[in-house]
Amino acid sequence: MRRTAKDTEESARRINRRALLMGGAMVAMFAVLGARMRYLSVEQADEFKLLAEENRINMRLIPPERGLILDRNGALVAGNEQNYSVTMTREGAGDVDAVLARLTRLIPVTAEDMDRITRDLDRNSPFVPIVVADRLAWDDFSKVALNAPTLPGVTPEVGLSRHYPLVEDFSHVVGYVGPVSEKDLAERPDPDPVLRIPEFQIGKIGVERWMEDTLRGTAGNKRIEVNHVGRVMRELERIDGTPGQDVHLTIDADVQNFVQARLGTESAACVVIDVETGEIIACASAPGFDPNLFVRGITQRDYSALMENDHRPLANKTVQGAYPPGSTFKMVTALAALEAGLITPSTTHSCPGYIEFGDRRFHCWKRGGHGRVDLARSLAESCDVYYYEIAQKVGIDKIAEMGRRLGLGIRHDLPMSAITEGIMPDKAWKQERWGQDWRIGDTINASIGQGYVLASPLQLAVMTARIATGRAIVPRLVRAIGGRPVEMPQAEPLGLSSDGLAAVRQGMFEVLNAQRGTAYSSRIADETLVFAGKTGTSQVRNITAAERARGVVSNDQLPWNRRDHALFVGYAPYDKPRYAVSVVVEHGGGGSAVAAPVARDAILRVLHGDIPPLTSYPANQRGRIETDLNALRERLRLSGTATPPATEQQG
Amino acid sequence: MSFLEYRVKTVPGGLSKVLHLNWPLVVLVIAVASVGFLILYSIAGGDMATWAEPQMKRFAVGLVMMFAIAFVPIWFWRNMAGLAFAVTILLLLAVEFFGVVGMGAQRWLDIGPIRIQPSELAKVTMVMLLAAYYDWLDIKKVSRPLWVLIPVLVIVLPTALVVIQPNLGTSLMLLMGGAAVMFAAGVSVWYFAAVAAMVAGLVASVFTTRGTPWQFLHDYQYRRIDTFLDPSADPLGAGYNIMQAKIALGSGGWGGKGFMQGTQSRLNFLPEKHTDFIFTTLGEEFGFVGAFSLLVLYGLILFFCFTSAIQNKDRFSQLLIIGLAANFFLYLAVNLSMVMGMAPVVGVPLPFLSYGGSVMLVLLIAFGLIQSAHVHRPR
Repeated sequence: MRRTAKDTEESARRINRRALLMGGAMVAMFAVLGARMRYLSVEQADEFKLLAEENRINMRLIPPERGLILDRNGALVAGNEQNYSVTMTREGAGDVDAVLARLTRLIPVTAEDMDRITRDLDRNSPFVPIVVADRLAWDDFSKVALNAPTLPGVTPEVGLSRHYPLVEDFSHVVGYVGPVSEKDLAERPDPDPVLRIPEFQIGKIGVERWMEDTLRGTAGNKRIEVNHVGRVMRELERIDGTPGQDVHLTIDADVQNFVQARLGTESAACVVIDVETGEIIACASAPGFDPNLFVRGITQRDYSALMENDHRPLANKTVQGAYPPGSTFKMVTALAALEAGLITPSTTHSCPGYIEFGDRRFHCWKRGGHGRVDLARSLAESCDVYYYEIAQKVGIDKIAEMGRRLGLGIRHDLPMSAITEGIMPDKAWKQERWGQDWRIGDTINASIGQGYVLASPLQLAVMTARIATGRAIVPRLVRAIGGRPVEMPQAEPLGLSSDGLAAVRQGMFEVLNAQRGTAYSSRIADETLVFAGKTGTSQVRNITAAERARGVVSNDQLPWNRRDHALFVGYAPYDKPRYAVSVVVEHGGGGSAVAAPVARDAILRVLHGDIPPLTSYPANQRGRIETDLNALRERLRLSGTATPPATEQQG
Repeated sequence: MSFLEYRVKTVPGGLSKVLHLNWPLVVLVIAVASVGFLILYSIAGGDMATWAEPQMKRFAVGLVMMFAIAFVPIWFWRNMAGLAFAVTILLLLAVEFFGVVGMGAQRWLDIGPIRIQPSELAKVTMVMLLAAYYDWLDIKKVSRPLWVLIPVLVIVLPTALVVIQPNLGTSLMLLMGGAAVMFAAGVSVWYFAAVAAMVAGLVASVFTTRGTPWQFLHDYQYRRIDTFLDPSADPLGAGYNIMQAKIALGSGGWGGKGFMQGTQSRLNFLPEKHTDFIFTTLGEEFGFVGAFSLLVLYGLILFFCFTSAIQNKDRFSQLLIIGLAANFFLYLAVNLSMVMGMAPVVGVPLPFLSYGGSVMLVLLIAFGLIQSAHVHRPR
């Protein structure tokens, strides 16, 4: 269209004016953009730099290698086993189904596993390795490694996992490790970050738990660069941690194995202790269990079987079990009376088979009574009435004080779980616990280790060692940490009169070595290794007057869990004591028949350093003993299965 | 003076046109595009083949196209305006029926090897038609309601077609680009004031209808607005893009982390790092200095466009240059505002830097038209 020159001029002027306005607006916008740029990249730069680093850098912990647990001679008790596993990544595999199908032809994969694997693969990013098979046998593992070229994305991996080669022998002492639970974290005020590593394991019970800090070591860490989905791009820096320290126990694994096998399927406990140093040489609770089951994650079926077993395999009866000590307690009553000066070794009492006190009648185990007995005979024949008499004179508070001096009613601090204090009752205790006054009948019951008195096999072993040496020996379980021996101070003398101790020891000698002694059949024939001790049979039920009139029902006639506990404590050699032993067989019947032979075998095993020769046993028993020992030999772990690592030898 | 009055003889002919091109503008466009190649190379981790090379090839093709368009007399393009606009509308309708679904919307047309985004084309052809319209219209009638209604319809038609794709970002840019031509043509400011008031009312109603069955926007569009208003509320979800973009820009600091040293982009924390969010990598690796330099280059491009427009005495050429320059400005202003957390994420590329064919070609077509107007200006 034609336009006049005037129009054209007018048009251009108007457009230019508007253009300048628009240009001005654009300049203003540019100023805003520039200012914003400056604000972000200059003024807020530090904050954003930090955020960019946080995006980029991840810290990963490197779990430390757990310290080993070894016996006193360096035999491996708890070690770290190579764990062979196979992982795969979705992106590496490409055709996941085809690779899995090829893999299942090489290694066993259950349908359950298959579900888990496909689920995990779907859920995770394509580069996250998924565990296809764990704890593979070496054969299966090497098959996968050999076929690696045909299995894209599949990686055979070697890790470490806890292993207990001695299976049930140390199940109670050493315990086991397991995955960290919420409870474990809650218990610790400032949990080590390493505990948050998935699949990290910590000690749950026993030495594994109570020496956790020593065994664990400290984690190393690495700084890695990751991308937006967390894929590791490269490692920037690596700081190695320190492995956990090795722990040497005082226990001799071979003795432990022997004792565990000797206890067999009984519900029983046996403690062997060095009377000079307090070192625990054996500490067996039967039946045991396989701690390796817990490391792998125990199945509900296995766990129920352990929980429902009336012999309580999970309990550590040596330190958790609190039993009425029965007649093994008589040494305490006797020593209390001797120290108080109320009796001498030659003091006699007449035993008519019972005493009457008020309207109650307290029986001796022997219906007809023992007649006149002195101290030595009262122990040898385990006369109850003798102790009823002297206990009334001494009073419970002095007996309790003596019990505590000998290690009863106090908690011995060892790295084991649920260690019981037992009960050493006195007047104040009953007032506090039951709100009742102490009665003389309570003293009479306590004098023979019944009533309120409760002690663990460990406490009974300590008591025996203290009587044997006259020193306040303290039990110990750890011999060395990280190769450095744990200091063991010389035990302080108890301060008991040597005459009194000698009289009690004489009585304990006669228990085994006098014809009329209750454990005469469990004597040691070897004259250099004379055995002294005391039997105990503790009731777990009340015998009514009516039953007593009919005749007490014998243990054979009772259901298992109503039978008496069989106990025995002892030490050897009599003239120069080296080891003390205590045995409790739950519902075993009589201490002399059931517990004493176990104690003799255990102490002979320690003294000989091997399966005891038949010459140690009385001639008339050797035939039967030989059969028994041969049967036992079958059940022992073959020596040499646990080869100690050369560097771990301890002096 | 209309184009008929200046003779062909006053306009450079043949190869001498090359001498009369607006060379500073050509150099600036190549410079900005080169910055883009550099960053695409860096984002790919030092690899040409991923993004930089295809982008360079497209740019080369586009550059040839730009020169070809520049050599064709501007009056030819004025005569083509109506046809070009009609074709664009047809393509926009075609995209509605045969379009490829991407990013939750139909935006592309696949024609053999070429992928066309007609909404980008609309930005140019609409400006052409509007400029031609105002060139034809008696300037005294410019602000009369009837003569205002016609260009409004020209703007609304493609905008409506783009909105239903749905592509909010491009439709808003079409509206603003068209308005810019009308403003430059001298339409009374009262119309603009009235529209501004209406927009304010509309925004209010957009938010008040939210959650009702007759809500104005898609849910994802509402969410983008929410995210824009408070990105840190959901840093791993919808706010992730903005948060990570700000981290990348901010962590560059004054001088940047250095070429190929940007951790945000190299480790993939940045979304759309090679397309809409390419500016964040520039900021991360070259810092404030690098980012500000790009802003200066863009400013110079606009400056040369405007001086060219003011020097020109042809009404169509003037309006065309201003309209296309305004369009170019809208691209970069919206993109930078979005990337720096000043506007919602609307999916607008950064001109000459973002990886992508359609936008690159359309931009070079626009600059071809600007050059043509410059070469064939009345002297």
